[in-house]
Amino acid sequence: MDPRRGPLAVPKVRRVDAAAGPLAVPKVRRVGFFTSIEPSPETPRPNRSLSGPAEAITSSSPLSDSPSGQFISPVQIPPSRHHSDNLASRAAPVPVPGPSAFRRQLANDRTLHVGSYNPVDSLLGTSPPSSNGEVSEDSGSLFGFQRSDSAKLSASFPNGGFDMTVAVRAPGESEAKVATASTSDGRKKNVEASGESESVATKPRKEKETKSLKEKTSKAERRAIQEAQRAAKGEGSKRAGESSRPKPSKPAKQPPPKKEAPQVTSSVSEKRAVSVEKERRMDVPQTQMQYDDKSRVDKAKRRSVVEQTESKNKVELFLHLPQYERGNQLPNLSSNIFTLDTIHHAVYKVGLQHLAGDIAGDNARCIAMLHAFQEAINDYTTPPMKDLTMDLTAKINGYVSFLIECRPLSMSMGNAIRFLKNQIRKLPVDLSEPEAKASLCSEIGRFIDEKILLADKVIVQHAVTKIRDGEVLLTYGFSCVVEMILLYAHEIGRKFRVVIVDSRPNLEGQKLLRRLVTRGLDCTYTHINAVSYIMGEVTRVFLGASSIFSNGTLYSKVGTACVAMVANAFSVPVIVCCEAYKFHERVLLDSICSNELGDPDAIANVPLRNNKKHSKTMDNNKNLQFLNLMYDSTPAEYISMIVTDYGMIPPTSIPVIVREYRREDLLL
Amino acid sequence: MPDVQSMVLEFVNKLRKRKIEGSQATARCTVELLRSVISHHRVPHANQASALIDAVKAVGAQLVAANPVELAVGNVVRRVLHIIREEDLSLATAAVAGFDLLDASDDDEDVNGKGIGYPGMSAAVVAAAARSTLRPPSLQTLLEGTPESATVPYTSSSGADSESKTADKSSVTRKLKHDVIEGVNQLIHEIAGCHEQIAEQAIEHIHQNEVILTLGSSRTVLEFLCAAKEKKRSFRVFVAEGAPRYQGHLLAKELVARGLQTTVITDSAVFAMISRVNMVIIGAHAVMANGGVIGPVGVNMAALAAKKHAVPFVVLAGSHKLCPLYPHNPEVLLNELRSPSELLDFGEFSDCLDFGSGSGSPLVQVVNPTFDYVPPSLVSLFITDTGGHNPSYMYRLIADYYSADDLVM
Repeated sequence: MDPRRGPLAVPKVRRVDAAAGPLAVPKVRRVGFFTSIEPSPETPRPNRSLSGPAEAITSSSPLSDSPSGQFISPVQIPPSRHHSDNLASRAAPVPVPGPSAFRRQLANDRTLHVGSYNPVDSLLGTSPPSSNGEVSEDSGSLFGFQRSDSAKLSASFPNGGFDMTVAVRAPGESEAKVATASTSDGRKKNVEASGESESVATKPRKEKETKSLKEKTSKAERRAIQEAQRAAKGEGSKRAGESSRPKPSKPAKQPPPKKEAPQVTSSVSEKRAVSVEKERRMDVPQTQMQYDDKSRVDKAKRRSVVEQTESKNKVELFLHLPQYERGNQLPNLSSNIFTLDTIHHAVYKVGLQHLAGDIAGDNARCIAMLHAFQEAINDYTTPPMKDLTMDLTAKINGYVSFLIECRPLSMSMGNAIRFLKNQIRKLPVDLSEPEAKASLCSEIGRFIDEKILLADKVIVQHAVTKIRDGEVLLTYGFSCVVEMILLYAHEIGRKFRVVIVDSRPNLEGQKLLRRLVTRGLDCTYTHINAVSYIMGEVTRVFLGASSIFSNGTLYSKVGTACVAMVANAFSVPVIVCCEAYKFHERVLLDSICSNELGDPDAIANVPLRNNKKHSKTMDNNKNLQFLNLMYDSTPAEYISMIVTDYGMIPPTSIPVIVREYRREDLLL
Repeated sequence: MPDVQSMVLEFVNKLRKRKIEGSQATARCTVELLRSVISHHRVPHANQASALIDAVKAVGAQLVAANPVELAVGNVVRRVLHIIREEDLSLATAAVAGFDLLDASDDDEDVNGKGIGYPGMSAAVVAAAARSTLRPPSLQTLLEGTPESATVPYTSSSGADSESKTADKSSVTRKLKHDVIEGVNQLIHEIAGCHEQIAEQAIEHIHQNEVILTLGSSRTVLEFLCAAKEKKRSFRVFVAEGAPRYQGHLLAKELVARGLQTTVITDSAVFAMISRVNMVIIGAHAVMANGGVIGPVGVNMAALAAKKHAVPFVVLAGSHKLCPLYPHNPEVLLNELRSPSELLDFGEFSDCLDFGSGSGSPLVQVVNPTFDYVPPSLVSLFITDTGGHNPSYMYRLIADYYSADDLVM
């Protein structure tokens, strides 16, 4: 059986699924609006004079022109069937490690907090018990402003609610997998999901094909599925009740569920209360290391492997960020790759690649890091007299701090590391070392496949529905998801033009330009200053993301905010493509507090025709600084829509996603 | 006058090849050229003002056609035309006044006061003279308007002074030309000195510890900031580098040489940094009559960001940059696309840029505009050599400098 399951709550379905192994393509659930892949008969082009966000979400959706049938109140009360489901789900146990686990984890956490990696890796508890109702209300009010689109709304809303219940209930993704059957095809799943929801809402449907598809998933089938889920869950909860130490029960906050095992519920909810409290304390995001804090910097330096020299001419506004000279330590470091024993060579290699800038792009960096960790875990042997969990966590912490020295981690890498640490922590104690290692490696592999690679595919499927013939799409810099979207849209025969906006010093856009042009796309290339010149002819803006924070702020390559702002000024919808694993529960208002500084020399060296030397002579002048910001933050108001693996959502839904899905992902 | 003609051609060539950079340099060259055109123009005895105007217009049309995007050329030509008209009018009104006051033998008018008939003057011009702004409109002149205009036909049609006309002909001719050249010299002086005039106001706008963002390279901005620095204000300047021409680096170099704390940022970081900036100061390429600004590329982005963060967006503009035209689609029509080689390496991308690559059209288009248009709603303040103004006031300021007859050249 799958060794990574703990003795705690293990739903049976989940096991079966896991046993299907890495071959089974993992499912990704969606919330919010997602389109069926077949576009409905040509929708009229949205009027550009309309305001951005609402237009982008509603009228650009292929379904939106279906005649509005019914009026939807902004606050939705989910149908009763779901409600009972919800209640039952509240009774479902969420695997909560015992107090000892907490202590252990605390100890681990204490060992190392360096740099931008945010080790809030203890999302153990669950959301407060009332979360479910809240969420569905949330989504109701989110979409409440689009009352006229009731046909689509009614389809999407209860579906969202349904998914939420699954989310809360599911310790794993098993139920979702069952619920959405075992097709790996995004299209089928999509239709099916919508069919399910529509049957719930009993809305008249307009399109024949969906009708026929609805028949495929009959009511009986669905009921059977739900029964299966319930049974699985009940079993799981019982097991959880057995394994967890019984505690003096308090009255549960929620009305007791109609069905099974009230005592289990109470003990769970009481435990949950404790864990929630604990989690709240730890959920306050750990502040990043501030580099103007002398003592901590010194402490970090003593441990460091990479000997960084601080740059002479620091920008005062950014003293809290590391400002180091670049490039001089690389030869040194690469020479002692084989003599080093504290850092695994694979991690070391990745670190140096980050340092040299050989790997660019968040996904690539994250995948490279995870692969390195995989290798490191494979080569790992527990020293005698030590606990695998603790020692491996310490090891990983060491690696992470090394990586941070090389280059501050991106938010997504922080999330991935958090995931890995959680996996380590949740390793069952009785697992043998090879088993544990194999389990960890497969979990990492699954994370890469599911959260990054598959998520990208889902995003492409969603986003391509927003590309119509004759459109002019603008993209900024280089984002691999956007590239995939454009190439896929071209492949399926959409006729469109791409405007690539680029900026110094990286000029990543040229890479994208080269790739698109070799595939035969019609491209226009320009620089960021000219963006307001070109924006007049653009119909959609597609942007990549490094991270999205829970206040909806988009944290991405510097210049993204400029492009989004200008697009907003020209009433062009801005669509952000971002995998959900990059979402982060921190909040951010400006681009100053949290950022990364690049090499200032990259800015100082410009291809000026006549005076090449001036930067050299000016280098020593303390009045002159070069500031190479790497990221900036785009306020949520500029973003019309975020395409993610859970569907297409407005930026206001980010905290909901983070809260409902992240937790469960970390716990699986 | 072959020498003038060759000078004009040479200048036209320079404009065409974009050899003259910057609106101030262009304005100065233009006005100097026009001065020599005027001084070499042999004025006929009759109707000399219109003859001068025609000559200047002819040259002006060539210059404007050579580089229609450089609005300073047109502005200066219009300014010179305006000077000619004004001088013409002042002479005319002087003459009118002379006749008016002939009987009263009042001597308070200028030198050519008495008894000088004005050759070739049309009734309309004199009527205009009577209405002219040269005389401040007071309630009295308004009330006495009718008798004054009634005198006009008398003066122009009168043959009584025809004998004195011939006697004074040469002096009058010289007088007009002299006055016009005098006026043009004043204009040259004004254009040369606009930096100082604007810089003098710096101290009123920049306070201690200010953070200022600027963009592109403008001598006016440089002088403005340095003037504040000289007054012992210490502040910090962020300079956006202004890709692909990197004018910002040149400006930063100059600023550092004068001891200002300067930070060069990429253009893409403008939005990120604007939240810490107290004021955006830019030099304009041209200011349109509606208060819109044509500036270096990237300015609109900075203006939008400034608007978003409620940061004042200040435009410095010498009076030669005030253009009396109302723009239509200025992003495109008053713009200029530069070479793609500034953005893309031809060696690397030549296969995609080539027209002859079989398919007929190139796969890659490169857009590299020079200018950017900022709508008046994004501008907080104009600082010209006559002081600070709102964007909404620009049309009125422009009316002071140009006459309405010259708007269409």
